Amino acid sequence: MTNIAQRAGEVRKADGIVLRFAGDSGDGMQLTGDRFTSASALFGNDLATLPEFPAEIRAPAGTLAGVSSFQVHISDHDITTPGDAPTVLVAMNPAALKSDLPLLQPGGTVIVNSDAFNERNLSKAGYESDPLEDGTLDGYTVVTAPMTDLTKRACQDLGVKPRDAERSKNFFALGLVSWLYSRPVEPTVDWIDGKFAGRDTVIAANKAAFAAGHAFGETAELGASRLMVAPAALDPGTYTNINGNTALSWGLIAASQLAGIPLFLGSYPITPASDILHELARHKNFGVRTLQAEDEIAAVGAALGAAYGGHIGVTTTSGPGMALKAETVGLAVSLELPLVVIDIQRGGPSTGLPTKTEAADLLMAMYGRHGEAPLPIVSAQSPSDCFFAAIEAVRIAVEHRTPVILMSDGYLANSSEPWRIPDVEQLGSINIEFASRPNHVNDDGEAVFWPFRRDERLVRPWAIPGTPELMHRIGGIEKEDGSGNISYEPDNHQAMVRLRAERIALIAHHIPPAEVVGDPDASVAVVSWGSTWGAITSARRRIESAGHRLAHIHLRHLNPLPANLGDLLRSFERVVVPEMNTGQLCRMLRAEFLVDARSVTKVSGQPFTAAELVEACWEEIGTTGAAR
Amino acid sequence: MTDVPVTTRKDWATDQEVRWCPGCGDYSILTAVQLLMPELEVRREDTVFVSGIGCAARFPYYMNTYGLHAIHGRSPAVATGLAMARGDLHVWVVGGDGDMMSIGGNHLIHALRRNVNLNILLFNNQIYGLTKGQYSPTSERGKVTKSTPHGSVEQPFNAISLALGAEASFVARTHDMDRGHMQEMFRRAHDHPGAAFVEVFQNCNVFNDGAFAALTKRDARDSMLIDLKHGEPVRFGTDGELGVVIEDGRARVVTVAEVGVEALVVHDETDPDPSVAYSLSRLANTNDVPTPIGVFRAVDRSEYGSAVTAQIAASQAKAGPGDLHKLLHSRPTWQVA
Repeated sequence: MTNIAQRAGEVRKADGIVLRFAGDSGDGMQLTGDRFTSASALFGNDLATLPEFPAEIRAPAGTLAGVSSFQVHISDHDITTPGDAPTVLVAMNPAALKSDLPLLQPGGTVIVNSDAFNERNLSKAGYESDPLEDGTLDGYTVVTAPMTDLTKRACQDLGVKPRDAERSKNFFALGLVSWLYSRPVEPTVDWIDGKFAGRDTVIAANKAAFAAGHAFGETAELGASRLMVAPAALDPGTYTNINGNTALSWGLIAASQLAGIPLFLGSYPITPASDILHELARHKNFGVRTLQAEDEIAAVGAALGAAYGGHIGVTTTSGPGMALKAETVGLAVSLELPLVVIDIQRGGPSTGLPTKTEAADLLMAMYGRHGEAPLPIVSAQSPSDCFFAAIEAVRIAVEHRTPVILMSDGYLANSSEPWRIPDVEQLGSINIEFASRPNHVNDDGEAVFWPFRRDERLVRPWAIPGTPELMHRIGGIEKEDGSGNISYEPDNHQAMVRLRAERIALIAHHIPPAEVVGDPDASVAVVSWGSTWGAITSARRRIESAGHRLAHIHLRHLNPLPANLGDLLRSFERVVVPEMNTGQLCRMLRAEFLVDARSVTKVSGQPFTAAELVEACWEEIGTTGAAR
Repeated sequence: MTDVPVTTRKDWATDQEVRWCPGCGDYSILTAVQLLMPELEVRREDTVFVSGIGCAARFPYYMNTYGLHAIHGRSPAVATGLAMARGDLHVWVVGGDGDMMSIGGNHLIHALRRNVNLNILLFNNQIYGLTKGQYSPTSERGKVTKSTPHGSVEQPFNAISLALGAEASFVARTHDMDRGHMQEMFRRAHDHPGAAFVEVFQNCNVFNDGAFAALTKRDARDSMLIDLKHGEPVRFGTDGELGVVIEDGRARVVTVAEVGVEALVVHDETDPDPSVAYSLSRLANTNDVPTPIGVFRAVDRSEYGSAVTAQIAASQAKAGPGDLHKLLHSRPTWQVA
């Protein structure tokens, strides 16, 4: 069949491509995907990524358990998900093909390293015959390249040992896909120079492999498979490509600048939160102090100690660490000191799925402390939104003198997207007031300091050591409101429990109301929190482009909930709540507002696809009779 | 420090009713501290007492300084954050043997290892008091308590050995029957830059009365307490007739008349190698044999908070103070018109 696009020099246009790099853990797939993403970002595409890797650093080579993948969706328009199904799969070995082929769109393109398809690797992957020859790939466009061999040949005159040269084969793959999908070459070449500076043979080998892959596309006459995705028409501005953990780290630094007090991070290494510790440790010139503590409990304890001293105290972790920190967070509730506790959620319970995403810690954040210990909860909705969510969490913590839990997840942490860099002058301010003078007069006329004397928001003063005349003692024992003296009085305890609840509830007046995106007059509203925002937004657009109406309410604040939320939910005929847990927000909404919300859940360690949510919404729309 | 107002004990005491059992050793420690503070030439507002949970942990409520009564075992961790953030403060950590050697053991050893600028006072009474009398990690083998009705079968910690093993730069021991000695140890701890660990033998007259009596009774002290003095031969006894030698790396009590005074080990608290200090700590593992007190070790080592602050200063000197706009543009960027 002739295709006009096959004419030399002409490249077909596509509005988007979902590309998935898959290989062995040691094959460098995360790096390859990351480079392709960066080149696409600089080219001006909108994009979203989904890195997926095993928890083991090096699972046995060639096995299904060792497959590491990186999915990237590039587009010429605004997108919000890494794509439901890849349109192109790069498989570096049989295990990668076996594990990821089922994800590929029917009729998609498979690019394989044919050198890896030997008997030994086929058997490790569980193939009884060679899928390149037995009809497994019928119906797909298949591009085979002897990547290992061609990479070795490209490097043979560079003084690189063949075994070392072989390790550059991911750059061959990157060169090939860069040619196929018309990516600019320079950013990758420049990056190789910078990344491997001082290791000249590695630079030479990687560049040679990259060039060989690029040339292979031309010489092997793969023009029919070439596609071009034009830059996206995004809002004007300066953009950078950023993942959730970096954005969150920068948000914490920004909050410290806005507040004018230093940032202190206490943290213990844990997947997928460690990168925040790594990032903040790099930025000491912002006055950031980082402590890699001896354990999760020390990490939060030190953060609380720093907050007592007048710093922004932050601790970062994932689910298992949240469980360990619970007692100290309860102490912060009792002390009424600012503290930001960041939970990059992962699959649980226990060790669960350390490298997979889940959002099943919401009820733990709400209720996971002994006694009545309410605190505000903030969540991030996209990788770049982690920046703003971090600022909001700090703002609430320091202005309301309370621990705040900020929720992100493994998907947001590692996924990246283009981010229009905000003007730092427009980030608002965070108001810090340290107490400076006595606030009470004793019966005998003496001016004294009462650590629990509250303002109209029921917020107590933040009096930091070093301030003359304000020496005071606070602790986890129940204290008398006002004076802060130890009190076991029954009436006082009851009053304090209610005060602690009320002061958190009052924060509802200091956060924005819930807003509807889409059609506020639709019969069905989707209510969501966290990283489901992207897939739901994509699903809503599909439903709207099919001529139907849908309302979407996404919650930044999970406690307290926005003041208008109850009335808003009751204005819809149906409310559906998609979550990466077994229905935790849905339970909260039903309990709080007596609405008949319906739960749509997924707990596979994978984010929702837009298609799954279109289907779920479709069912709801159908039940209302609103479907055409 | 200049211009520190003159204070008296009264200025350092709060109006709160002290709620330890009558006769508790904690009273004498509190008195020693309250009487010492005016001599240290520090301001009350620059002083913070941090504690965990237990009888000893009530200490901050009785000091008219800043005070933070945290949760069980975590005081060294909370204090680490405070001391890192605020190098201008004098941070004291007070806790018992259950608090700091059991539930908080991990935080204690890491605070010592890091050499955080803390004065850590361990009130060791070898029992759980606030929970009414269970054996503790420093209780002796065979100890009969509510939770060990047939006697404890556990090896106790030697707090001094533990601190030395945890790379502590300052390690001392004192007891609640000698205010002068306590004050001297607390003063030395205060003067030491970095983590200073002081074990205080403290009598719990309700649940473990007389645990240290064989050592600390007035008429027993001369022959049972070996008061370590820097630069002097380690010698004790009513007339200095006993001494300590180090043989094959082990400390041993000898009669001076038999070995000669020149054979005695000369105490060097500044020895970078903690081996001799450790040997001295192993002289006594029960409270019925001569036991060293005083400063076992006092060496100069980089203090943690200052080291972190120095990195910040170096980073600012090199890269300039943080510029948020520059940070947000620090990765590859592109323009959309």
